[in-house]
Amino acid sequence: MKPARRRRLQLVIFIVSVASIGVGLAVYALRENINLFYTPSQLMTSDVPLGTRIRVGGMVVADSLSRNQQSLDVTFEVTDGAAQVPIHYSGILPDLFAENEAAVAIGHWTSDNIFMAEEVMAKHDEEYTPPEVADAMEQAYQQKLRSGEALQDKPGRE
Amino acid sequence: MTAEFGHFALILALCLALGQAFVPLLGTLRANRLWMASARPMAYGQFVFAVSSFICLVMLFLGDDFSVRYVAENSNLNLPDRYKVSAVWAAHEGSLLLWALILSMWTFAVALFSRNLPLELVARVLSVMAMIAVGFYLFLLFTSNPFERLLPFSPVDGKDLNPLLQDIGLIIHPPMLYMGYVGFSVAFAFALAALMAGRFDAAWARWTRPWTIAAWAFLTLGICLGSWWAYYELGWGGWWFWDPVENASFMPWLTGTALIHSLAVAEKRGLFRSWTLLLAILTFSLSLLGTFLVRSGVLTSVHAFAADPARGIYILVFLAVVIGGSLLLFAFRGQTLQRTASFNWSSRETFLLGNNLLLVVAMGVILLGTLYPLVADVAGWGKISVGPPYFNWFFVPLALILAVIMAVGSVSRWKHHPPAMLASLALWPALVSIVVSAGVLFIHGYSFALLPLVSLAVAAWVVIWSLRDWWRKSSSSRGRLAGSRRLRGSYYGMLLAHIGIAVAIVGVTLTSHYSEQRDLRLSPGEAVSVAGYDFEFRAEERIRGPNYVARRGRFEVLRRGALIAELNPEKRYYSGGGQVMTEADIDGNLRRDIYVALGEALEEGGAWSVRIYVKPYVRWIWLGGLMIAMGGGIAMVDKRYRRLAQTRPRSEAQAGVEVSGTEQQITEGSGAQQQRNG
Repeated sequence: MKPARRRRLQLVIFIVSVASIGVGLAVYALRENINLFYTPSQLMTSDVPLGTRIRVGGMVVADSLSRNQQSLDVTFEVTDGAAQVPIHYSGILPDLFAENEAAVAIGHWTSDNIFMAEEVMAKHDEEYTPPEVADAMEQAYQQKLRSGEALQDKPGRE
Repeated sequence: MTAEFGHFALILALCLALGQAFVPLLGTLRANRLWMASARPMAYGQFVFAVSSFICLVMLFLGDDFSVRYVAENSNLNLPDRYKVSAVWAAHEGSLLLWALILSMWTFAVALFSRNLPLELVARVLSVMAMIAVGFYLFLLFTSNPFERLLPFSPVDGKDLNPLLQDIGLIIHPPMLYMGYVGFSVAFAFALAALMAGRFDAAWARWTRPWTIAAWAFLTLGICLGSWWAYYELGWGGWWFWDPVENASFMPWLTGTALIHSLAVAEKRGLFRSWTLLLAILTFSLSLLGTFLVRSGVLTSVHAFAADPARGIYILVFLAVVIGGSLLLFAFRGQTLQRTASFNWSSRETFLLGNNLLLVVAMGVILLGTLYPLVADVAGWGKISVGPPYFNWFFVPLALILAVIMAVGSVSRWKHHPPAMLASLALWPALVSIVVSAGVLFIHGYSFALLPLVSLAVAAWVVIWSLRDWWRKSSSSRGRLAGSRRLRGSYYGMLLAHIGIAVAIVGVTLTSHYSEQRDLRLSPGEAVSVAGYDFEFRAEERIRGPNYVARRGRFEVLRRGALIAELNPEKRYYSGGGQVMTEADIDGNLRRDIYVALGEALEEGGAWSVRIYVKPYVRWIWLGGLMIAMGGGIAMVDKRYRRLAQTRPRSEAQAGVEVSGTEQQITEGSGAQQQRNG
């Protein structure tokens, strides 16, 4: 019985250690490869690590799209209703990309306050709004409401 | 009336499933053979009503009955008939009905082809399958009824099917995928039946194998079709994105692959028993998880869950009951099935153990990457997405190690294969495969890099081991032909599937490393050269399809001045929903694909943004996938599984290792093993 138990214990220890090394590696790799989402307000107000791959999203501002006439370079701005972020992209925009519609860009933030996008995504179909963008709009809206209420509150208290 | 008939048939199917879930099971407890025998007729009845219900929904789509909400949302008058049929499973409700239908089909098949199995086992298996069906019918009827009417204000025309889904690939992709997902319910039901009975023997494993292989082959096909569709229809030219939706189907494939291999060990050697049961439970649980992840909308947003709390909560409860319940049963009964038998570390058992571990680890890594954004969102750690580098970083090395092991493992012997013998077998394949790999890169003029060199070498390694093994096993005193005829279907299936893996590795490697892609601005009359091909943008024209209008570009592709293809990529504007669609045009053969897609019109009647790809050997990816699926098909129909199911005594559990050992030589050992022994 005893050697069998010892073997089983060894096996368990082996499996646990291998598994924990594996999980450690996986979490490390995960941390290296996750792309955090920022709202335009967050980009403008908080410290964003330069050069780190992040995502940003919002509604494409009307009349903000401008194309280079020689290449595929485009710039446009996205907004969450409170702040606007200029995005630069070189490539083909997705089919459903349009002004006044939601878009999400993956890329990095540069020191001259332009977001350099490597990839731009638009919604899949007519009704779908990327959840991040919907959330960002909602947050900005709530922020506005709160500051509005704060102004109204003050005279009330006096 | 059709909608009401469909609804009613669904309710009747539920009633029969309820009966089928409990009566036979009670019969096994009370040893009442009549009750146990009732499982089969109820399975037939359930199947009939599920089919009727499904046909009703198809009729509603074909008859443009927009008073039914689901039809109004996913179809319209101009939609071609074939897409009206496929629109049935384009969205949540219909795809769940398809799921339930396919489950009833598998149940029907098990009831039909289980004449040789003990009645108790059949009763248990069918009742477990009916329990799952009950879960789905209830979900359909209470939260996702496809027959719901829009009365009294029903629309005159429907909304149209998402144009991405108007494609032949998407007509057959979901049914194939579901055949795979749901097919694993058979292995799952067999596993639960074994746990209930507290008996697990070689015969059990043998009966389970063909069903599992069938489901796995369908899933392989389904994943391939999905990848192929994404490649030519999404307009991005990629074939795998590590998208959560793709991962959801890939995870059960990985554990399913582990399962068909551990079933082999369980059958031949009586080992890995509780592990096999656990894998069966895991595979089906991942299939369920996949279905719900994709269909509940939780992947696009955690909030989609909150938007429809009834569905979300039902899904969570259902998953908890199925997964938790089966794991609980496993915890109580799994131990009693344990058998210990010794095997040397250098043996086929060890290689298959390695295969299983690697596959499960790969699944775990993908599961982590897929669910982490969901967990982070719920926990408030911010909104994140996990990029492809994470998945590639893990999966590529794991897959390569797996392929190396696979080649050796499929040739090695059970119990003990002296390492020195294996090493001597490995020497020349190792050298030759490196030379072949370097040669392939050299002939094509590709740059040398470590990863492609290693990957191609691994592919060559697999092919060499497989073919050499066949060469040895097929040698016979009566000639090669007689020798190769003597080998079993299951052996040929394995051979084909393993070589398919190698073919897919070649495709993935060469496409990933040596594709040339160019996004550029082109006006009619201009030309550009990509990867040695000259692309001339001839003209733009406007055309009209059944339910869309399109602008079409005409491109001529020349190689050293000679015209080799004319490509006509389109930009379609669908009238029903107003969607825009990119329809790429591809000129492909086994050596390379030339892919042209229109981006957007940059100025009226002038320049377009154009996407041009030259992708070497990309078709090998799906060719490999097809070979893998076909291998499964060939192995599945091997007569051995059926013949032995008939004649084997059921008390094999006692027999242990010795019987399994000799049996292996009788059944499969027609090849080299027997010759070496003799």
